[in-house]
Amino acid sequence: MSFFDVIIQTLDSTIRLSVPLLLACLAGLYSERSGIFDIGLEGKMLAAAFAGAAAASVFHSAWIGLGIAILVSVSLALVHGFASITHRGNQIVSGLAINFVAAGSTIILGQAWFQQGGRTPALAPNERFEAITLPGADAIREVPIIGPIYSELISGHSLLVYVAFLAVPFTWWVLFRTRFGLRLRAVGENPAAVDTAGISVAWLRYRAVICTGVLTAIAGAYLSMVQSGGFVKDMTAGKGYIALAALIFAKWRPVNAMFACLLFGFLDALAIRLQGAPLPIIGKVPVQLMQALPYILTVILLAGFIGKAIPPRAGGVPYVKER
Amino acid sequence: MSTPYAKLPAWADYGLIPLINLAVAFIVAGLVVLLVGENPFRAAAILVEGAFGRGQGIAYTLFYATNFIFTGLAVAVAMHAGLFNIGGEGQAYVAGLGVGLVCLALDRVVPWYVTFPFAIAGAALFGAAWAFIPAYLQAKRGSHIVITTIMFNMIAASLMIYVLRDILKPEAMQEVKTRMLEAGAQLPRLNWIIELFGTARIRSAPFNVSFLLALVMAYLVWLLIWRTKLGYEIRTFGFSQKAARYAGISEVRVTIIAMLISGALAGMMSINAIMGDQHSVYVDLAGGAGFIGIAVALMGRAHPVGIILASILFGMLYQGGAELSFEMPAISRDMIVIIQGLVILFAGALEHMFRPYIQTLFASISPKSVGMAAVKGEGA
Repeated sequence: MSFFDVIIQTLDSTIRLSVPLLLACLAGLYSERSGIFDIGLEGKMLAAAFAGAAAASVFHSAWIGLGIAILVSVSLALVHGFASITHRGNQIVSGLAINFVAAGSTIILGQAWFQQGGRTPALAPNERFEAITLPGADAIREVPIIGPIYSELISGHSLLVYVAFLAVPFTWWVLFRTRFGLRLRAVGENPAAVDTAGISVAWLRYRAVICTGVLTAIAGAYLSMVQSGGFVKDMTAGKGYIALAALIFAKWRPVNAMFACLLFGFLDALAIRLQGAPLPIIGKVPVQLMQALPYILTVILLAGFIGKAIPPRAGGVPYVKER
Repeated sequence: MSTPYAKLPAWADYGLIPLINLAVAFIVAGLVVLLVGENPFRAAAILVEGAFGRGQGIAYTLFYATNFIFTGLAVAVAMHAGLFNIGGEGQAYVAGLGVGLVCLALDRVVPWYVTFPFAIAGAALFGAAWAFIPAYLQAKRGSHIVITTIMFNMIAASLMIYVLRDILKPEAMQEVKTRMLEAGAQLPRLNWIIELFGTARIRSAPFNVSFLLALVMAYLVWLLIWRTKLGYEIRTFGFSQKAARYAGISEVRVTIIAMLISGALAGMMSINAIMGDQHSVYVDLAGGAGFIGIAVALMGRAHPVGIILASILFGMLYQGGAELSFEMPAISRDMIVIIQGLVILFAGALEHMFRPYIQTLFASISPKSVGMAAVKGEGA
């Protein structure tokens, strides 16, 4: 295999691996921009992955699966909203609670309903979101350079992959070009000002967490219905936390988020490809170091050594209306 | 913390409300049991029977509780300083390396009671060291401690697997762990204490001396928080950072010291796992205890007595849950993870949910008890 093919393949798996991160990262972006910290991305993703795969295999439809995944994930997001918006509870505690409830109940319910050790039944092709071949991909496959780039890298992904990457400009547009987005950002910086303008802080934040729920659902559905043909217990394996790291790395901006997720996805793809094989110049790098790199980079960023990550100012603080 | 709520009598605040929150958590857990088609009351009966029915069960319950006392105290100390240490899991895991190095050096040379103090020091040192960087970054550079401790949990997992697999594992061994520790690093069991109460002979439960260490630490934490100047500073800082600043309390100092103590306490959990139970340093030795510490600290209201009680409750769930999975195959031990999540949700994030109702109730029974002046808690 030529060097060029290796690069194409690595980049291809980079895209595949960064999609769930990207969706979860954008999900967190809506919530955190509105001033609600959400460390429960992991749990919502996991619950959605389970619900999606379970419903898809029962109803034999990928779309119903996705619908149920969204339903479950949004419900969990609303629980988070109920605790942290309505009852002004601690947002970290609430997010953590959701992670545990999701981790436990996906295993318990999975085992009780399907009896396959926490797995859901393997999904048939029509129960998954299958790869789409973009027009002309087969025609230009043989063209050097451009051919493989178009037909391997850009074409041949599942619908959800394109959804994820289209969500980036869409989120940018919502956040910076719509009234809703302006208010969303404002409520994360200075909720009192938004309240004074006669806009409900609570309703705005609830809408933000619903957006979060929808996007984590797609992230979860991608894991269980695209990347693998069914749910496996604990299949998010910390991706929600990497997405959180990516969000900080991106300084809460959608386009940066895409690059951060692609970077973390690339590190993952590289770790898989190398499998401990020595790199030129650097020598042998332990796989564990590659796995820990996103977290280490985020800590370095948080320490203020690569620019400064400033979170939304009202983030994590429950809003108490003046009396 | 300045709550926008009126005061309740102390017993309602520290007894009634936590109990209601706990009850709701268990009711929701019961619904999950119902959902998988089992009887929640029978499940609860099996659970309690499994945890306290026989001496063996009690010993296991207390063995698990030991872990949770350490991690619960760790979370509580940080909580008093207004810091949320979510990194107990990673701190305990890395502390396992400290304990392991001490034990590997001493276990063939000296008896356990010589190794023990060094192991405590090793655990405390490594646990505190793993908490130091997040603490320093929070104090000096303002990076959010929740995020950094989460990151450090992840980094700890990668680091420990690397250390165990590539450095400490003997060549010949298949499993990723250190060599078996010998007598000099094995803590004596305490099962005889339970046997004193007339239970049958306990064969294999790993209930050991580190339980006593946990109790000592609980006492020391109480002493620290409520009877020392440092504890006063920690509480002041946690109550109001602004007030602490005006009182001349150094933010950097309090943040770092509170986190070091927290990390050290979380670290000691690994002594119970390594020297008390498995007699080796192994992958994922913290096994989620760091996270259960959060539930325990929230439920125990960050008070050592509350933490010990909550730890025993979770120990019971752990041990009883294992028994339960034999009796009801549909319910595995992961049920505890759900309960843990629900407890964190209702005792933590939604702790004020039922407060207004209880206040109304109290006000209608005895207006004095919720009145502005009468907060002493007589009446009602």
